[in-house]
Amino acid sequence: MTAETLPLWVTIPGTVLLVVAGIATLIGSFGLLRLRDFFSRMHGPSMTNTVGVGATLVASMLVSSALAGQPILHELLITLFVSMSAPITAITLLQAALYRNKARHSRDVTPDGSSA
Amino acid sequence: MNEVFGYAVWFAQICAGLAMLNATIRLFIGPAAQDRILALDSVYTNGMLMLLLLGVRSRSPAYFDIALLIALFGFVGSVSLAKFLLRGEVVEP
Repeated sequence: MTAETLPLWVTIPGTVLLVVAGIATLIGSFGLLRLRDFFSRMHGPSMTNTVGVGATLVASMLVSSALAGQPILHELLITLFVSMSAPITAITLLQAALYRNKARHSRDVTPDGSSA
Repeated sequence: MNEVFGYAVWFAQICAGLAMLNATIRLFIGPAAQDRILALDSVYTNGMLMLLLLGVRSRSPAYFDIALLIALFGFVGSVSLAKFLLRGEVVEP
């Protein structure tokens, strides 16, 4: 760590938020590794995407605001972007997985699910 | 209290590293292609988390831009790979 000390209103919430973020990230990745089929495994990384990223960004916002001496809010950009992009990724990936599962069973099937 | 905060940053970094290791194992053993895409997306997210935590630890604002770029490229890569699985091509005519 560097020499400058952080005030107490940063370190106490920051410590709690970082520990929560680390535990949530670890639980999410264990879910990705241990669950059985793909549709259960989708639920693991969403925990990393919400709790892990959100808590880490709030802690980073606290630290940079305390260092600059004024409120710094540009970490909200990443929060906004991740909260917009993660559901799009999940929906597209689920559509692809459903299409591939159907196409394995029946030969002629179109991507919107109706078998031709 | 500053030492405790430093230990918390270390703990979160170790957790992000272990999560990245788990996602890499899933990336290698994943039975289907969609499992590998999901694992790659998870690796991207954990890399972004590690860069943010590095920025907290070294107290420099330079890592924030790299984390934003990693989030952007991870989203584009995952969506285009999933689109390729769905349609067989990324950009449709």
